[in-house]
Parts: sequence; C-alpha cells; structure tokens
Amino acid sequence: MSFEMLIAFIQQSVRLSSTLLLGSTGEIITEKSGNLNLGTPGIMASGAISGIIGAYFYTKSGIPFNPIVSILITFGCAIIGALLTTLIYCFLTITLKTNQNVTGLALTTFGIGISNFIGSLINGKMGGTGIAAFPEIGEAYRATLPFADKLGVFGKIFLSYGFMTYLGIIIAVIVAFVITKTRVGLNLRAVGENPATADAAGINVNRYKYTATCLGGIISGLGGLCYVMDFAAANWQNNILDQFGWLAVALVIFAVWRPNIAVFGSIIFGALYVIGPFILGLSNKSQELIKILPYLVTIVVLVIVSIRDKKENQPPQSLGLAYFREER
Amino acid sequence: MNNKAAIELKNITKTFGSVIANKDINLTVNRGEILSILGENGSGKTTLMNMISGIYYPDEGQIFVDGEEVVIRSPKDAFDLKIGMIHQHFKLVDVFSAAENIVLGLKEEGKYDIKKAEINIKEIADKYSFEVEPSKKIHEMSVSEKQTVEIIKVLYRGADILILDEPTAVLTPQETQKLFAVLRKMRDDGKAIIIITHKLHEVLSLSDRVAVLRKGEYIGTVETKNTSESELTEMMVGKKIDLNIDRSEPKNTADRLVIKNLDCINREGVKVLDDISFTAKAGEILGIAGIAGSGQRELLEAIAGLQHIQKGEVLYNNPKTDKTENLRDKNPLQIRELGVRLSFVPEDRLGMGLVGNMDIVDNMMLRSYRKGKSVFLERKRPKDLALKIIDDLEVVTPNENTPVRRLSGGNVQKVLVGREIAASPTVLMAAYPVRGLDINSSYMIYNLLNEQKEKGVAVIFVGEDLDVLVELCDRIMVIGSGKITGVVDGRNTTKEEIGLLMTKTDRGEGNG
Repeated sequence: MSFEMLIAFIQQSVRLSSTLLLGSTGEIITEKSGNLNLGTPGIMASGAISGIIGAYFYTKSGIPFNPIVSILITFGCAIIGALLTTLIYCFLTITLKTNQNVTGLALTTFGIGISNFIGSLINGKMGGTGIAAFPEIGEAYRATLPFADKLGVFGKIFLSYGFMTYLGIIIAVIVAFVITKTRVGLNLRAVGENPATADAAGINVNRYKYTATCLGGIISGLGGLCYVMDFAAANWQNNILDQFGWLAVALVIFAVWRPNIAVFGSIIFGALYVIGPFILGLSNKSQELIKILPYLVTIVVLVIVSIRDKKENQPPQSLGLAYFREER
Repeated sequence: MNNKAAIELKNITKTFGSVIANKDINLTVNRGEILSILGENGSGKTTLMNMISGIYYPDEGQIFVDGEEVVIRSPKDAFDLKIGMIHQHFKLVDVFSAAENIVLGLKEEGKYDIKKAEINIKEIADKYSFEVEPSKKIHEMSVSEKQTVEIIKVLYRGADILILDEPTAVLTPQETQKLFAVLRKMRDDGKAIIIITHKLHEVLSLSDRVAVLRKGEYIGTVETKNTSESELTEMMVGKKIDLNIDRSEPKNTADRLVIKNLDCINREGVKVLDDISFTAKAGEILGIAGIAGSGQRELLEAIAGLQHIQKGEVLYNNPKTDKTENLRDKNPLQIRELGVRLSFVPEDRLGMGLVGNMDIVDNMMLRSYRKGKSVFLERKRPKDLALKIIDDLEVVTPNENTPVRRLSGGNVQKVLVGREIAASPTVLMAAYPVRGLDINSSYMIYNLLNEQKEKGVAVIFVGEDLDVLVELCDRIMVIGSGKITGVVDGRNTTKEEIGLLMTKTDRGEGNG
C-alpha cells in the first residue's frame, strides 16, 4: 500500500467511524438505562431519511442556498425523526412493558422500510435517476477548516473531516464523563443495573428510562444523518444503514459499554469495513468477506470479557428486562 | 422512654387481585423503642412495611407520622418523612461501591463528590460502631457487610424511623449480636425501629413490644417483658404448637456416603474445599455448621455432581445392590441412572431449585419428565404430587397452576423441599431449608427431615440456627474456610462449642 493510499485509508476509516460512534454512543446511553434497543438500525435510518426530507424541501423551496441553514434544517429534521421513532419504542417497552427484543427488531424493520419508501418517493420526485442527491448539502457537511489542507500529513489525518466527526467524539467523551462521574450518571447506571434498587432509592425509573432512551435514539439518529450527509455526500441509497446500525450495536459490546473506548473501537470497525478496496488484487467476493471482520472481533471481545469475568465489564444487569414495581 | 408515636397505622387494607394481604391493620410504634412484627409466612408483614416505605400504596386506611396524616406514594415520600427500610433482599447495585450505593438517588447540594460522601459515611459508621469500607464494591462483600451498607444508606438519608425486614436471617450468631448492639444504640438515640423476624428468642431479647399478624390480620401488641415464647407462638399460629424437636435414636445405621480427602477449586481458582473426609450414615442426621461461604455449598454440590472434584473420593454404598460406587466425576443424571438418589435443596431456591415462571405442577415435572413413556408429557402424576404437597405442607397458593415466583418465600421453600422428599431419596441433602421460614413451617420441615431419618435415609443438613442444629442433628460437623474444624455429638454439645469451632481457622485468615 503506498503512502497516499494509507492516508486515504485512514481518512475513509475515520469518516465511517463517526457514523458508528454516534450510533453506538446513543445505544450505550440507552442500554445503561436497562433498555436493549435493537431498533437502532431503524432509528439511524429514520434519522437519515428525515435529514433527506429536510434537504428535499429546503432545496425545493427556492430559498437561496446557505450551507449553515441547510445543516440546521437537516440536523433538526434528523433529531425530530429519530426522536419520533424512538418514542414508539419507549412507549411500547417502558409504558406498555412489551418485550424489548421483539419491539426493537420490529422497529428496525419499520424504520428501514419507511426510510426506503420515502427515499424512493423523493428519488421519484427528483426525476428517478436512482438516487436522491443533494451535492451542495453534502459539501456543507464535508467542509473542513480552511487551513486544514495546508498542514500536510497532520492536516490530512486529523483535520480533513466534516464537523460531525468531531461532534461525535465530543459527544462520546461527554457521555463517558456524565455516566461515570456525575450523580445523573450514577442514577442512570443504577436504573440499568437494578431498577428496583433505584426505585427504592427514590429515583424515577421510568423517567430515566424515557430520557436516556430518547436521548440515545437522537444521538443514534444523528449517526444515520452523519452517514448519509457526510460519508455518502448527501446521496440517499436504500437499505444501506441497516448494516451500519448493526455494527453500531456490536460496537457497544466491543467497547464494553464505554463511549470513550467506542471512540477507538469505531475507528477499528471503520477500518475493517473499508479495508477491502485498499488491499490490491482482492476480488469482490473477498471484500464482502472482509466486511464481517468487525463482528468476528466483537465475538472475540465477548469471549475475552466473559473469561475475565470482571463484574464491571458485564452488560447492565437488568438489560432487556421491563421493570414492574408491584411484582414480587 | 418517651411515648411519642412515630408512626401510627389506622385500618390499613391492601389487596393483590383477590388475595387480601392486609386487612384493617392498626399499629403504633413510638420513638425510642424497638417494635417486633411477628407473623407466619404470607401473614402480610412485608406488605405492611412496604406500604410504610412507599413501595406499595394502601387501598384503604390512614398513616400518621408524628401525629399528622401523611400520604406515602413513593419511596421518595418515605425518605422525606425520614422513614428508611432495610429490605430482606438487599436493594444494592452490585457493581457500585458502598459509597455509591449510599448516595444513590440523593439530591445533595453542590457538586457530586464521592470522596466527601465516603468521609460522611465513616462518621456515621463510627457513631454507631459499624464496620464498613466505603470504597469496597458490593459484589466483593459478605452478606453482613452488605447489610451494614443498607443500614448506613438509610441513616445517611437522615432516617429516624427504621424498618428492618428479617435482618438476621443470613447472619451468624456473632454478627447478629453486633447488629443488635447497633440497633439498641439507635434506639437509645431516639430512633423508632421496626424489626420483622421469625426468631422468637431474638424478639424477646431485642424488642420492647411485639405486634403479631396472622393471615393478614392484626392480632395484637404485647409488651415483651410480659410475654413468653409460647404465648407469642399461640398468637401467631392461632393454636398451641409444640416447639420441641423429637429426636429419635438412630436405628440400623450403615455407612451410606463415605467422603475421602475431598478437594475442590472454584471458578476463581480459590481452594474452597480442603481435604474433607467424613461419613454420612443411613438413619442419621448429620449437621453441617459453619460461617456462610465456608464451603458448605461447594461440598453439597460436589456430592451432587454439580461441582468438579479436584482430588478425593465420594463413595456411595448402594443399599439395593450392596455395591460401592464412586460418584466422583459423574454428572447428576448419571448418578441417578446408577440408582443413586441424591435429593438436593440448594441454598438459592429460586436460582437452582425451581423455575420461577413455571407453575407448581411444571416444577414437579422438572424431576420426573424423563419417566414418561410416550412422547407427550404426562401431567397427571406431577399434578397429583403438586396437590399432595400443597395439602401436606400447607402451601399457601391460589392453586397448583400459580407460577412459583408469585408465592412467598416460605411457600417456595415448601414446594422445593416437598418435591425433593417425594423422590424418596436414600441420601437427602438440605442446605438452609428453613431460611426465612416462620416457626410453624420450620418445625414442619424439621419433622419431615426426622421422618426421612427414621425411614433410613442419610440426611445431611446444612443449617445456620445453632439452636436447631444442636436439637435436631445426631452429629454435627463444623467447617471453616473449607476445612473440617471438628465433629461433635449433637446430644452433648453446646451452641458455644460449635460457635468456637466455626471461627477456629477463620481467625487467622480474616473473613474467609
């Protein structure tokens, strides 16, 4: 691999990692509250398609294009879209206490399906060329600091990304801090570990679950937006976010529920996912095979964690369980 | 003693579906006194206390705190009224440190500062002479340490009305004495303390007054100094019961299980059993005493084929064939197929013995499903067995199709013990079979064990109440830190002698 290719490889890895990082940071917050949200791929897709909806109406409105406004509109739409999808999950699992696995999987199917539907619809309205594309907005998302390309290799490796890459890392670090070092984080962890204990300690379990899951859903949704706007340069493609959603869920386990570890994990996952084309002479078949490496790595981590059997590295104890107060 | 009422309950009623848990309860506890609440399983003691601490909400009735009527809708409301409850099943987060558990859910002024909290905790601990390490993780703690954390947790919140739900069920005699000393100190400090317990001698030695519940109804309150064990039992059960265990002389004893130089290593690589050798005889009850976690569980599991044996032999003299079989490295199923019957009542009754979400009949089938001849399950016989157990052992349940999880602790225990005995074993191992049971049920279980002994079963009984061990067992083996520290004759030993043996090796190695 030549030097230029190496740089390009690192850049590609980091670009993809932002999507995974945001997706899994959101899922970590959710899981810390004891909710296993397997609807993450669906939520990421709904965040992404909401951004596309915003982009479509903004471009169509005829208002003169402004990059900042385009970002604000798509960003806002993604938040609303992801939040609405997550609220379905919250209402079903927290209020109605349905099975989290089934609800989550159903939500993924729903989110992917509805985003495919809307994506095709917008694509049709835009002339049916196969993809819905908003190149100007893609540019806006991928804009770097003006002096980044003057800094040589350093600039290329560290400063050549759109704002969402840095936003993802900042969010991950803040979330890691809040979870481990603040009272809110302590309460949140208690809800996920042992809701009965949290309840007896006067913590409003349902409120924590709702808030954490919604916030997590929004952050995951931004991951979807990040993929479609930044990595794919505002080109919508059906069915693509499914796999990144599952990678984000796998990354949660890889990072043993710690967003700060997820920062590095996401880059590793991103690298494993994009490495195929950079290995010369690799056939298409082999490239597809390489894309499953992140899952293999996750299994290895799972095995190591369970062999070491350290309580602090285990999933939250009541992950996936609904909480009923008046049950013995 | 000042006679100011801290809490007054008036006509409290609570129902769960069609089950009446509490009916028209009237109760008062004063400041500077310890009130015991006594009652059989399912008599509604815990439900009543849960209403004071905000877990449940009463259907009818009023609660007064310091003479004013209050509404307690959530645990938070209870804290605001300075009511703190120490639950029977600890409400602690395993992966948190003691200090983190204690400050959990608090809305203190200022920045979240765990170091400062640790200092405050030390202060409280010193005031009432508790021993606690604030930064130690809960999952590394012994049961008594966890309980200490629970108590400090409520004190930290400024509670001056404390409710303890069966605090001594899991403690050694020494730990119990320590706890009582602390409770007396708190009482003298002006706090109101409510304690739920089954152990009559504790009620008599600790409390100032005793309130008795029976089947959800309030029977009455008596001054401790004017009452006696037999009066309390009568109030509790509604009839006079005999508190003597009928110990018969062992007949036709024969060596049934011979354990030779047994060594076991647990999952963490720690040696939990060290050179254990003993013989369990048919027609005799062998008691095993020891501080919780000294290897009792591993020993029983090793015999039952659930624990890998590092070294040593488990020899079983089969009464049918008169052959000696080695049980070592056989799995539980193979052991049964050989005609060797070990019935095992695990310590953790809902974890290993029964499936909580299945009903009583299905739980019976867990032991018998292989016996069926057709591909379909046979439900008739397990159902008959379930009905028989419910009838014989007076299990309180709506019917035989109720999930076991919904029964109260004592009733779960009865189902488990009943099932194991129904397998007509030749060796019956029971670990803490009366843990958390009231007197009536406990004596029922003791009698069942005695019956088995008279039938020629070799009974191995791991117990925690030394009084009972001394009264029930023919021989008592004491283990400490995985080693046998002594074997004594149940007929001429004392509680104190066993207590000494229990701590013999323990002293050198800390809280092993």
